[in-house]
Amino acid sequence: MSKIGNAARSISRLDELARRDTWLNRVHPLSKLLVTLLYLVLVVSWKPRQLTGVLGMAVYPFVLFEIGDLSFGKALYRLKIVLPVVCLVGILNPFFDREPVLTVFGVTVTGGVLTMLSLMAKGVLTVLSTYLLIATTTVESICSALSMLHLPGIIVTEFLLICRYVSVLLGEADRMWQAYSLRSPGQRGVAHGAWGSMLGQLLLRSMDRAKALYQSMCMRGFGEDRPFAYGRGLTGRDVLYLVLFAAALITLRIFPVLELVGKLFS
Amino acid sequence: MHMADALITPATAGVMFAASGIAAGYSIYKVRREHSPEKVPVMGVMGAFVFAAQMINFTIPGTGSSGHLCGGLLLSAVLGPWAGFLTMIGVLLVQCLFFADGGLLALGCNIWNMAFYGCFVGALLIWRNVMKKGASKGRITLASVLGCVVTLQMGAFSVCVETYLSGISALPFGAFLTAMLPIHLAIGLVEGLISAAVLCFIHEARPELLWGVGSGEQAPARLSFGKTLAILAVAAAATGGLLSLAASSLPDGLEWALERVAGTAELPAAGSAYEAAGKIQNATAVLPDYAIPGSESAAGTTVSGLAGALITAVILIGVALALHFFRRRKAGSVEAG
Repeated sequence: MSKIGNAARSISRLDELARRDTWLNRVHPLSKLLVTLLYLVLVVSWKPRQLTGVLGMAVYPFVLFEIGDLSFGKALYRLKIVLPVVCLVGILNPFFDREPVLTVFGVTVTGGVLTMLSLMAKGVLTVLSTYLLIATTTVESICSALSMLHLPGIIVTEFLLICRYVSVLLGEADRMWQAYSLRSPGQRGVAHGAWGSMLGQLLLRSMDRAKALYQSMCMRGFGEDRPFAYGRGLTGRDVLYLVLFAAALITLRIFPVLELVGKLFS
Repeated sequence: MHMADALITPATAGVMFAASGIAAGYSIYKVRREHSPEKVPVMGVMGAFVFAAQMINFTIPGTGSSGHLCGGLLLSAVLGPWAGFLTMIGVLLVQCLFFADGGLLALGCNIWNMAFYGCFVGALLIWRNVMKKGASKGRITLASVLGCVVTLQMGAFSVCVETYLSGISALPFGAFLTAMLPIHLAIGLVEGLISAAVLCFIHEARPELLWGVGSGEQAPARLSFGKTLAILAVAAAATGGLLSLAASSLPDGLEWALERVAGTAELPAAGSAYEAAGKIQNATAVLPDYAIPGSESAAGTTVSGLAGALITAVILIGVALALHFFRRRKAGSVEAG
């Protein structure tokens, strides 16, 4: 099934990206997580009509995509889920808010158009920044950063287990779907009569697998309270990364940087 | 129903993180009190199961469309509401990080809209009460459909409230609700039927796995006063926080009274003390009402700003192309060497 296969491929591709040895991948996960959270807060803090402010925040993902040698195309593909929702919410703004705000080359721009565009820009930037985090940080590293932020061990352990087992169960679901679809050619989904047994079988197998997993975890001394330690502590370079990017982002948020650049050339 | 980061403001995100955090904290306390360490790996694998199961589409008879199961209720019916809630947090975190389905900042909203209602309202209030006289196909179907429909309606309502309070959409609140609620009624019905089919299968194959099922002779205890108080406290914290955000844009009682008496909600402040206080406030305000200090436009968007964006984009693209060029050259020389 293409949907299940795509999901499994997407997870393994992100894992491969996160395990590369680039400068950005080597930065401590806590620094990257904190910068990402700060960036998200600053992007969504712009008022709906402040389009240039939101556009100014695009500098951060643009610079880091280059530093991290990441593909914009693959990151933008992730917008297929977010952008339609954001567009649906914003698309009616031009009809409800018709107050003229700006004239660009003789064309009057209304408040509704500005809010719609800034909403879309926010949607794109927030997705790109989350992609930056997950494409340069492994799941284990994110778990260690969450542990350092004192997130309860039960949630961190569970997040790690879901990440590790999702590929296994996606594989099982894919095989079940293929077996079903080969016996019912041309059918779009699972028929009503097989709803319960299809997922019920998968659920029972998952429960049995979980018990085996628990026994193997116990044998290896793995427990809920075991801290997820990253290979090393925060170094001066990690702190510098955090301070420099935080300062740059706050500067972009406070000062009208793009307006000043525009004035230089006008 | 996953909310994106772009649809909320930091204030809404903070309030919803706090509300979801309280619910998560109480759930962790309840799970730890059960003293069953094997539950943690079961929760992890079940979270992965929900994720994989939601990838399978089920044909809805007579419509030509398809749907998937309701994760919160199904997890709670097997693991219990507390462990189910914690598992849903993990599922939502994976969906947000790996598939951009929901935002990292909007995680608190998504946990509340999908996990809280699904696990606590759906399982604790609906599933357990329907199942207290024992499980049967009819009761399982009733509890699943009712649970999914009610919790999805509550979740959709919360999405509208959170988006509206964030001031993102110019769409009137009533129109937004009219667009959201009917479609989620249909989705809830389908998800309820799919979840019911799976739970009926489990009831036949391994009935001991279902949570909250009474023997039929002795009904399980109702919610104690303490538990009810805890649920109400969490709901009140979230609702109070959200309503306070809404109230901030409306005149409060004092402002209303001032408007009636003085004709204005703000009285003129004159005198050196007021001026000094005003100067201090202006100097210390980092984000003055979220506007750009020094910007020409009250709207925060100007022609020079847009021109600046264009120029910056051109410069950045030029730098990026140059970097690509040098990177390729370097890679070529390494291969040649």
